[in-house]
Amino acid sequence: MNFSEVFKLSGLLCKFSPDGKYLASCVQYRVVVRDVHTLQILHLYTCLDQIQHIEWSADSLFILCAMYKRGQVQVWSLEQPEWHCRIDEGSAGLVASCWSPDGRHILNTTEFHLRITVWSLCTKSVSYIKYPKACQQGVSFTRDGRYMALAERRDCQDHVSVFVCSDWQLLRHFDTETQDLAGIEWAPNGCVLAVWDTCLEYKVLLYSLDGRLLSAYCAYEWSLGIKSVAWSPSSQFLAIGSYDGKVRILNHVTWKMITEFGHPATINNPKIVVYKEAEKTPRLAPGRLAFPPPRAAAGVASPAETKYEIASVPVSLQTLKPVADRANPKIGIGALAFSPDSYFLATRSDSVPNAVWIWDIQKLRLFVVLEQLSPVRSFQWDPQQPRLAICTGGGKVYLWSPAGCVSVQVPGEGDFQVLSLCWHLNGDSLALLSKDHFCLCFLETEDRVGTAFGRPGDHT
Amino acid sequence: MGEWMTVTDPDLSSESKNICQYTSETKMSPSSLYSQQVLCSSIPSSKNVHSFFSAFCTEENIEQSVSYLDQELTTFGFPSLYEESKGKDTKRELNIVAVLNCMNELLVLQRKNLLAQENVETQNLKLGSDMDHLQNCYAKLKEQLETSRREMIGLQERDRQLQCKNRNLHQLLKNEKDEVQKLQNIIASRATQYNHDMKRKEREYNKLKERLHQLVMNKKDKKIAMEVLNYVGRADGKRGSWRTGKTEASFFLRNEDEMYKILLNDYEYRQKQILMENAELKKVLQQMKKEMISLLSPQKQKPRERADDSTGTVISDAEEDAGELSRESMWDLSCETVREQLTNSIRKQWRILKSHVEKLDNQVSKVHLEGFNDEDVISRQDHEQETEKLELEIQQCKEMIKTQQQLLQQLATACDDDTTSLLRDCYLLEEKERLKEEWSLFREQKKNFEKERRSFTEAAIRLGLERKAFEEERASWLKQQFLNMTTFDHQNSENVKLFSAFSGSSDRDSLTMHSRPRQKKPQNMSNGSPVCTSKLTKSLPASPSTSDFCQTRSCASEHSSVNVLNITPEETKPNQVGRECANQKWSMASRPESQEGCYSGCSLTYTNSHVEKDDLP
Repeated sequence: MNFSEVFKLSGLLCKFSPDGKYLASCVQYRVVVRDVHTLQILHLYTCLDQIQHIEWSADSLFILCAMYKRGQVQVWSLEQPEWHCRIDEGSAGLVASCWSPDGRHILNTTEFHLRITVWSLCTKSVSYIKYPKACQQGVSFTRDGRYMALAERRDCQDHVSVFVCSDWQLLRHFDTETQDLAGIEWAPNGCVLAVWDTCLEYKVLLYSLDGRLLSAYCAYEWSLGIKSVAWSPSSQFLAIGSYDGKVRILNHVTWKMITEFGHPATINNPKIVVYKEAEKTPRLAPGRLAFPPPRAAAGVASPAETKYEIASVPVSLQTLKPVADRANPKIGIGALAFSPDSYFLATRSDSVPNAVWIWDIQKLRLFVVLEQLSPVRSFQWDPQQPRLAICTGGGKVYLWSPAGCVSVQVPGEGDFQVLSLCWHLNGDSLALLSKDHFCLCFLETEDRVGTAFGRPGDHT
Repeated sequence: MGEWMTVTDPDLSSESKNICQYTSETKMSPSSLYSQQVLCSSIPSSKNVHSFFSAFCTEENIEQSVSYLDQELTTFGFPSLYEESKGKDTKRELNIVAVLNCMNELLVLQRKNLLAQENVETQNLKLGSDMDHLQNCYAKLKEQLETSRREMIGLQERDRQLQCKNRNLHQLLKNEKDEVQKLQNIIASRATQYNHDMKRKEREYNKLKERLHQLVMNKKDKKIAMEVLNYVGRADGKRGSWRTGKTEASFFLRNEDEMYKILLNDYEYRQKQILMENAELKKVLQQMKKEMISLLSPQKQKPRERADDSTGTVISDAEEDAGELSRESMWDLSCETVREQLTNSIRKQWRILKSHVEKLDNQVSKVHLEGFNDEDVISRQDHEQETEKLELEIQQCKEMIKTQQQLLQQLATACDDDTTSLLRDCYLLEEKERLKEEWSLFREQKKNFEKERRSFTEAAIRLGLERKAFEEERASWLKQQFLNMTTFDHQNSENVKLFSAFSGSSDRDSLTMHSRPRQKKPQNMSNGSPVCTSKLTKSLPASPSTSDFCQTRSCASEHSSVNVLNITPEETKPNQVGRECANQKWSMASRPESQEGCYSGCSLTYTNSHVEKDDLP
């Protein structure tokens, strides 16, 4: 495992291009585009203000930089560095900006969700979509980029509109039986739209592309409901994480629940491997123990190395007692992610913030639990193989694969606190983002991974 | 007796007492052992008696007292003390005999009375103790009654209290329920109010939004604009087409078409997947079936004495079905039509397989039993253990089948809910039927076991008998051989012949009683032995002394090595042959499966005998 040098970064804005050739990062009001392999700067664009959001177009030809404070969007071309485009939303304001899947249109959401403006880069045309709903996840594109589903709110009633992305024509418009729609997401095959209600009510609705209601699922009533939703890459499963600390998995044939994954704080099953991150104590032979401890080692507050230990069951995980009288209690399943081959599901229960639970979807049971020393910030699957990268906001990055897991200290001077990470398309490098810096982590190629990871027994 | 006693006067009773005392004294006096004691005790009483007698009868009033006594005695029904008078005037004379008789009778009576009195006294004592006991019992029971009454009162009290509590709890529950209802109502009303408020707020918000929208849009905001250096081409290379009113409809239709195409593609893809899965499953089923059939068909070919009719018919059914289903066309039919047939046939096959496996289990256990055949008798315990084990196994099998069925059902439910609800009933019926079948099978097995056990015991007894006979025969044979060896040097050849005949027949004899064609030889044998002995006697001196015997023996020992060498090869061959055929006979008679064990046993005895023969000289 190799690490690149550390580069400057602001706002955690660092993205690989969809074709995997470039890496765009923001430093204040500049965008730096580098070659992924050599890390040489290819382009440097300067925007008008501090950048708050960047996004690559799907064909990796353009970069969108949004400056919400100014209500402006600037677009840069990789092919023609002199080409530029600036979109000003004026007094309407700007709260969100994104590319359409074709990479030729930009969707800007104005303040107060008054409307969505669709700007075309091909023609000087603008179209508006009224009544977008202000919610967690109100826009969803199908994976093939053909359709866009948009959550709307009209006359105190939730609606979903399906647009054809090629000409922004409304294809379907239907109202949903939700109290207060919270999110929508297309299945990866683009034929089923999952719609879920606000956290006050547990409700998932599944609509076909043509607007038919396929199924509605409600696990329980009178309690806080859905917190997170994820489709499996095969479109076969829909995993729903809820505030009761369970993940429910629906199947794509009957849309009924297949299984329910609870997240108990104690693990008794001896079949489940529990990796516990532990600080590595420097092992010194008793005879060689120097009486005055070496100054250098004692003085420098170097971050302690950690390793994973296999905890023997029963294991009780550290739990957080939720504060009952505050909004957004720290309970429930806050994050879910299927591995690219749909074999594994990684979850994080917010009441057990230090643990990542990895479930075997083939056997529909808990497979591994990783307990970190600090709360898990985020995790992401390798796009190519079942390999999970985890960061906890400390100076380490953690990798898990079915063969075992490792904790790797990010080298470099000072503290590099990994707040976020993102995988390269082909899974052989990983961008680690801290508050002010980022670096790339290059992983060994496939054939050497096995030896590098080793067995679950000899984890370091 | 008591009545009789009551009749007597108090005087008389005392008198009789005295008499008794007296008699007791007289009676006791003869006993030499207690003489001293008796004397001591009797002295004062005798004095008393004497004084008394003096009072009653004196020299003067003998006549009167006699007459008085006579009178008294006659009134009590004793014969008169006087001789019967011939005349009225003649004075009646005292009849000594009668007096003595009377006295004797009185004494006997007295003794009886004493006995009776004793009895009565003991009875009285007994009754007294009984009475005490009963009184005790009564007291105890009374106490018990009291305590139980108290207990009952306590329990009643508790019951009352509990009921009270229960009532209270009920009341509380009711109150709680009311409260819950109230709270729910409150929640519901709050929720409606909240929703109402929300809606109102949202409307206001919408109005504001609308207004804002109008304001923002109507201002003709100059700022809202896009500056582009030059427009870029579309990613797909097409020119950006902007819809006009005319083309809109066609666009819409095209989009619809595309959407449905996508949907159709998806459904087709899914159907294909399902079809593939189905095909796979069918293939697996078919393969399973084929394997089952291939596994089960040899079983059918093998004629079995215990193959029951039911399974036979099932097999034939299954074969038929298999023939039907193996036709490829069947597999391409839709699921509904094939499913039933398929499941039925599989179920049948499964049943056959199960029965087959059970049979195999039986056989295995039988072989185990055969293993024990070497020992004389199979103990009853072993037998029972075996049956128990079998029962357990059957139970396990049943359970396994049940779980499998459940799994099957679950599978079925996965694909279709309605049909399974229909199917469940038939499953139950079928299960019952199968259970019945299994029961009958089990009973049959049990019966068979009984039979086998009986036959075993019989065989064992027979074996014992035979062994004994064999032992005897061997002994006699040994004796004979010994004698032969000691005596005949010149008659060697004859001797050998005899040996072979003898050993062969004897073995056979020990093994089989009913080998008809060879029955002659044992007869010969029985004839032979006297002949031998006669020969022996002939050759021997009239009365062989021990020294002679020793001599002859030492003579024979010189010869013996030769003898043995000569004998053994000749002897063993026919021996073996005879034994083998005997073995076969024997095993045929007993049971087909027992061959191995029996054979080993026989060979063992054979080698034993052989060794003994070798050792003999």
